[in-house]
Amino acid sequence: MKTKHILLSHGAGGREMGRLIEQVFLARYGAGGKPGDDSAVLTLGGGQLAFTTDSFVVAPLFFPGGDIGRLAVAGTVNDLLTAAARPLALSASFILEEGLEIETLMAIAGSMRDTAAECGVAIVTGDTKVVPKGAADQVFITTSGVGEVVRPGVSGAAARPGDRVILTGTVGDHGAAVMLARENLLQGGGLASDVAPLTDLVLTLLAEGIEVHAMRDPTRGGIAASLNEIARQSGVAITIEESRVPVQPGVAAACEALGLDVFQVANEGKMLIFVAPGDAARALEVVRSRRYGQDASLIGEVLPGPPRRVQVRTLLGTTRLLDPPAGELLPRIC
Amino acid sequence: MKFIDEFRDRELVQDLSRRLGRLAAGPATVMEVCGTHTMAAARFGLKSLLPPGVRLISGPGCPVCVTAQADLDAFLALGRTPDTVLATFGDMVRVPGSRTSLERERARGAVVRVVYSPLDAVDLAREQPGKTVVFFGVGFETTMPATAVAIKSAAALNLDNFLVLCVHKTMPAAIRALLAGGELKISGLLLPGHVTTIIGAAAYDFIPRDFGVPGAVAGFEPVDMLLALEAILRQLQEGAARIDNVYPRAVQAQPNPRAAALLDEVFAPSDAEWRGLGVIPGSGVTIREAYARFDARVRFPEVWQELPPAPPSACRCGEVLRGALRPSQCPQFDKSCNPTQPLGPCMVSSEGACAAAYRYERR
Repeated sequence: MKTKHILLSHGAGGREMGRLIEQVFLARYGAGGKPGDDSAVLTLGGGQLAFTTDSFVVAPLFFPGGDIGRLAVAGTVNDLLTAAARPLALSASFILEEGLEIETLMAIAGSMRDTAAECGVAIVTGDTKVVPKGAADQVFITTSGVGEVVRPGVSGAAARPGDRVILTGTVGDHGAAVMLARENLLQGGGLASDVAPLTDLVLTLLAEGIEVHAMRDPTRGGIAASLNEIARQSGVAITIEESRVPVQPGVAAACEALGLDVFQVANEGKMLIFVAPGDAARALEVVRSRRYGQDASLIGEVLPGPPRRVQVRTLLGTTRLLDPPAGELLPRIC
Repeated sequence: MKFIDEFRDRELVQDLSRRLGRLAAGPATVMEVCGTHTMAAARFGLKSLLPPGVRLISGPGCPVCVTAQADLDAFLALGRTPDTVLATFGDMVRVPGSRTSLERERARGAVVRVVYSPLDAVDLAREQPGKTVVFFGVGFETTMPATAVAIKSAAALNLDNFLVLCVHKTMPAAIRALLAGGELKISGLLLPGHVTTIIGAAAYDFIPRDFGVPGAVAGFEPVDMLLALEAILRQLQEGAARIDNVYPRAVQAQPNPRAAALLDEVFAPSDAEWRGLGVIPGSGVTIREAYARFDARVRFPEVWQELPPAPPSACRCGEVLRGALRPSQCPQFDKSCNPTQPLGPCMVSSEGACAAAYRYERR
């Protein structure tokens, strides 16, 4: 059955979305830099500029641990950081549904101001559109961001055999928290989103001279999506040690109860960092010493082959594939 | 004890694997008949812990997968009735029907709502009196009590816009049909732990008695499954056949009396059509006369009459469900059939054998 219409799975961050992007967008206007990275890198004068864009359609607007405004700033900043760029400025465009309470909008804007101040980025331009009731769900935010590349060459295509994979903290927090909040499930879970801008953590790592080859923030599709993207872009294999992937007990329990694979659940305040093996121990120390990195763990490594294969050594010591996610997973979590 | 970590303990698992190696007396084919077992085995890589010659194969244990094509086509057709809301468990959304799927109907404008419980569907009916909510009653005995409660709840609320398209199925009759069919030599059966909390382990006594086949009722953690496999291999070594309850923390010999009473009040046994197995007498349920006003088949009988015949398909899900074909042996596996473009339910259901093989075991 060939698809003629957009389906929810096209937005899930899994296989279907990848194919849609290739077949519709890349096929027509291509991707300037390395296709697959979260930020494009442009040459400007003597240096390089990272440029990224994102849209935020999360429901509900306010969830434990954050809101759509904080998500918009942190998500865009983190995308710039994956290109080893210091985030400089963001734009923020709003599509507002008629009838939205202005106080709600003020709360969102205030949250954006606070998050931007936390990570030293300026929101410098924007746009506002209003559509009739029913034509949008309260607020949609689109951002773009620019940053100054401080270390050229960091890309999803640059992972090498031997690289160690650092995960900066626990997985599944954001997707699980939003899912439970939206569907009103499993009362009393106490789960909260991890949404956070990682500027300090990443820039410190780079300032310390750690040899970083690739970085990715594992949003929709979780670390399963990001690890497979990098394996594909770099043409390498990746192996992950399940026992080393940190998961909060509440998140693990929620995922077990709902039949979700925590490796496929979204994160909004985490980074996967591929470092040269000689720098791995020091890198882990640096990350653990910074805010949002205290639970960082060395979760795996890059192997020469088979190319594009991501596998997990399970808690039991057996091996299984970690496939890119397919299907709709959790809609509207970012 | 939280019953998760302890049952995934690496050393315990490795020890059990060694014990299985010492018990195995020759080749054996053990069939599991529960989609959760299928997925757990794949997710934890359990097959690599089995002794050489001992195979674990999947049977018709995935409720979404065994739903007959005609039943899914009928549910999809109901979505085109004006003012109808289709309520379904999430797992059905991407299953291809003969011509379309819930996912595609939703994109086309049909109202399809994913629910986690049939009671959510009752809430939908209460909140939208102008719409008719049809809940797709898929699942085995574990799920049936919830549907029964939903129907009773709708009755108590006097709702006239809540319907169930009941395609629930019961395990023992399907197991009997499989064993009687003799297509495959099955050395032992790994029996579904949660279904058995409802029906009681004694429901399987016919398996050793009428077919001489060993069985073990198993839970879903790795240690649970390995202990059950150990029980089966021990029976084979002894030349015995019985039903071992290896999930005593949840399962007893007798059925759960409250569940049994509830099911008996709302449902009557009936024949059911299973994908891959055809019509099996006494393997399904229909909604009793007293609750017929909640039966979608009673409200919309014309839907089945108007179904066009299914076009031919290369999908061999039926054989996979009987254990006659392993997913990796299907010519379409990972070629024309994959999770993004599934030919049938086994590749897209979260409990499907092909989905498990694709996600966790593909070379």
